[in-house]
Amino acid sequence: MRIGVITFPGSLDDRDALRAISLAGAEGVALWHGEHDLHGVDAIVLPGGFSYGDYLRCGAIASHSPIMAEVIDAAKKGMPVLGICNGFQMLVEAHLLPGGLIRNHHGHFIRRDQLLRVENNSTAWTSDFSANEEIVIPLKNGEGGYIANEETLKELEGEGRVVFRYLGVNPNGSLNDIAGISNAQGNVVGLMPHPEHAVEAGFGPNTDFRMRSGVDGLRFFTSVLEGVLA
Amino acid sequence: MPTIVVEVMPKAELLDPAGKAVAGALARLGHSSFTNVRIGKRFELTVNGPVTPEILADAQKIAEEILSNQVIEDVTAVFEAK
Repeated sequence: MRIGVITFPGSLDDRDALRAISLAGAEGVALWHGEHDLHGVDAIVLPGGFSYGDYLRCGAIASHSPIMAEVIDAAKKGMPVLGICNGFQMLVEAHLLPGGLIRNHHGHFIRRDQLLRVENNSTAWTSDFSANEEIVIPLKNGEGGYIANEETLKELEGEGRVVFRYLGVNPNGSLNDIAGISNAQGNVVGLMPHPEHAVEAGFGPNTDFRMRSGVDGLRFFTSVLEGVLA
Repeated sequence: MPTIVVEVMPKAELLDPAGKAVAGALARLGHSSFTNVRIGKRFELTVNGPVTPEILADAQKIAEEILSNQVIEDVTAVFEAK
């Protein structure tokens, strides 16, 4: 299985995402924002970072990149697409996911190992988790406050499309403690925390057993791998 | 060169943390007449030729579709600068 990771001007976590993909047992394919070519990949990751310096709005300029025409087309045909942090911001700017992301309510950039509940384990990127499993992956952003109008929130909640919810603390003022959502089909998922930073013992969040041994992020990538092979 | 101005503001019902930080600073500096600050954006679009109704309509369209995100912001003005 081949999973593409698109690099935009200002992407930071593209290499980490490629490494996570190879640790999960798939082949990572580096894709470039300026091309109109997905190189035949089976799934796509939009990585974290500060594309275009967050100018205009986070993810806004990147969402109009040449390759996004192909991403939007593929997503509508059911290809798994995961947007992480800045990638999530691109997905809402591209209207593949509803709502928007605004500056953290306390005004500070935040970096913490974040407890989440996986509330929907039937999406393309969460099938390897058990129902309502609690996981810890790093969170690091300045503009991660999820907002949507009441009607959209009701729809997301009613259809089980709140895929990840913050537990313990709401780090950024997100409505309904929403950390990540999916589209109606479940192939497009976006979240603010970073699964690609919790994929290898020694480099992940602390656990009760050992420092930096958390690898909860790896199953995002094994989930999509199993979905495509199935 | 003729210029079209587009103004975008965060939606009134949303918290504006940047504006709130400035309001806090003003209060600390003793400017007690100002109770609230909201921060928006002003775009100046330089036009290659006279501003026709079509070009103004195009500016309105990009203001709504690209320069703002209607989920979190409102376009408050689109006009030709005098």
